[in-house]
Amino acid sequence: MEIQWRDDADAALADAKRDGRPVLLDFSAAPM
Amino acid sequence: MYPDPKIARFVSDHFIPVRQHVKTHPEAMERWGAQWTPTIMIVDANGKERHRVEGFVEIDALLAQLQLGLAQASFASQQWDEAERLFEDVARSGDADAAPEAAYWAGVARYKRSGDPTALGETHKRLNADFPGTAWAKKTQVWGGGP
Repeated sequence: MEIQWRDDADAALADAKRDGRPVLLDFSAAPM
Repeated sequence: MYPDPKIARFVSDHFIPVRQHVKTHPEAMERWGAQWTPTIMIVDANGKERHRVEGFVEIDALLAQLQLGLAQASFASQQWDEAERLFEDVARSGDADAAPEAAYWAGVARYKRSGDPTALGETHKRLNADFPGTAWAKKTQVWGGGP
């Protein structure tokens, strides 16, 4: 299974409030 | 780290995952106070950071850290039963770094849920029996009732 990464933290936080799930922020320098 | 199926499953099941690359989102590093990569933060629905993992972590240790972050988010939202259950899972995981911290917080969650201060004394005994000499065991000395 692949993680469906998002790149908009504010949209994710809005969804977190709605879904009751925390946000995982991954800061990376690895090739994407 | 993330190609590991255990990690990918846990992240997908429990979090809303956001990846910010240092080159394409330097402003995000500044906004969240990330000073190095890799850095992982668990942020609750109110935008407050609840857990941070900096630097490379082995797969099983990372899973324990993510579980710890999830438990901290439950604790912050005062879901004491859920927080205690999640902390207990980590406390029993055998992870040398996360388990003592989780055992400490499991005791605090138990106290918060019950209001019974004996939960803290029991946590002191547990930490000293199962994780002696750790920083988290030392934090419980004040709950031991002794000198």
